[in-house]
Amino acid sequence: MKGMVRLLLPPLFGLLVLAGWEWAVGAFAIPAFVLPPPSAVLAALWRDGPLLLTSSWLTLSITLQAFLLALVTGVALALLFSQSRLAAAALYPYVVALQVTPIVAIAPLVVIWVGYERVNLALLILAWIVAFFPILSNTTLGLSAVDPNLRDLFRLYGANRWQTLWRLQLPSALPYLLGGMKISGGLALIGAVVAEFVAGSGTASGLAWRIIESGNRLNMPRLFAALFLLSALGIAIFAGLSFIQNRLLRRWHESELGRQ
Amino acid sequence: MSPLLTVAGLSLAYGKGTPALDGVDLTLNRGEFLSLLGPSGCGKSTLLRLIAGLLTPSGGQLQWQSPIARGDIGFVFQEPTLMPWARVIDNVRLPLEIAGVPRVEAVDRAMAELEKVGLLDFSKSYPRELSGGMKMRVSLARALVTRPALLLLDEPFAALDEITRLKLNDDLLSLWRRDGFTAIFVTHSVFESVYLSTRIAVMRPRPGRIVAELPVELPSQRDYATRTGAVYNDHCRTVSTLLHQAMGAAP
Repeated sequence: MKGMVRLLLPPLFGLLVLAGWEWAVGAFAIPAFVLPPPSAVLAALWRDGPLLLTSSWLTLSITLQAFLLALVTGVALALLFSQSRLAAAALYPYVVALQVTPIVAIAPLVVIWVGYERVNLALLILAWIVAFFPILSNTTLGLSAVDPNLRDLFRLYGANRWQTLWRLQLPSALPYLLGGMKISGGLALIGAVVAEFVAGSGTASGLAWRIIESGNRLNMPRLFAALFLLSALGIAIFAGLSFIQNRLLRRWHESELGRQ
Repeated sequence: MSPLLTVAGLSLAYGKGTPALDGVDLTLNRGEFLSLLGPSGCGKSTLLRLIAGLLTPSGGQLQWQSPIARGDIGFVFQEPTLMPWARVIDNVRLPLEIAGVPRVEAVDRAMAELEKVGLLDFSKSYPRELSGGMKMRVSLARALVTRPALLLLDEPFAALDEITRLKLNDDLLSLWRRDGFTAIFVTHSVFESVYLSTRIAVMRPRPGRIVAELPVELPSQRDYATRTGAVYNDHCRTVSTLLHQAMGAAP
């Protein structure tokens, strides 16, 4: 019973807010170009559905590609760092430099290099730059955060580098990697949207482009509909990654205990 | 009895300070159960790690009667030190897996060890699902799965409650009688050292040294009656005095 209440509480609260919003817009005669009523947003969602879904798909596909690319390159680089201190010492400062330089500032350069005719690739690169760092830093941390006694045990039994990596370091790093993936999944979406704001054009019309366009035309219902879809995408990515995290850790890791 | 290991003038110094271990001589006989007893900081764990090859001595040497291969030494840490992501059976078969033993054989041997420590029914459990005492049993099974000639135990039961510790002491003794390995047991408990050992070496700190050795003249079969007997109590008194002197001798 308590579980049911907890489950129903957020949607009930949401409906209450929507009802209040709808009422307030009518009662105070707020113009639609400032704040459209939820009913108008819903109508826009329905009317512009095909257009918005196409845009959502573009944003989602860039986000997912950037995320997967970040996952592969982040883990690969973390593995390289864990195996070679020299490589870590040489490369890490540049990785940090890439991370701390604001993506908005890099965007024009990337667009010029990639070419305006391949804006989607530019968006992918920009989203990847944003998403890649949490995976790298978390995995690097995880690969070195090994129980020292377990490390001694592997040494005692003469485990080679590969065995130590595969049987000890990677499993130890998994919770860290999954934590990094959760951050990175959200950042990939943010990266894709920010990149589109800076670099987007009629040729790359994802959700961010729809928001700019709707704003310019004062089409507030559509702008809100696009915003709604964008946040739904973010929530779906977060929920998906939380699900994966739970599946992989629930039998053994503290973070997932007591959630069953 | 033939010596399994002779330790001669073994020292370990970090930097220029007081060495952690200074000129330790020790002969370890095949099949004996030796306890290293001493206050914290006396280097008993350090000595154990040097013998295991996990540390490199800065002086002296270890002479093994026959060359040591991997799997000849088992090690039980103060913590159970299990891989939390692996099931009990996979934790126990790890040493065999590292040594390249075929999976089927490794599982069979690991199951046999689990049976010896009474955890056959828990082979599919994860470490988190076990009590502290059970985790320590898994750790023992893992250390014994390679059938080591020498088992090193670094205060393995120190974190357990008294009742669990007494039970595990008995279990360890029956494993020792059954498998015939040689054991070095690090402890800071006088009672535990007397109950378990055939010989006790008392250590003192700063620098770490062995200052007294004492054979324990109790029958190898030990149980509750042993703990209440006069011989056991005499030994406890003697060892307590030796330990007190060892601590007094420290500057």
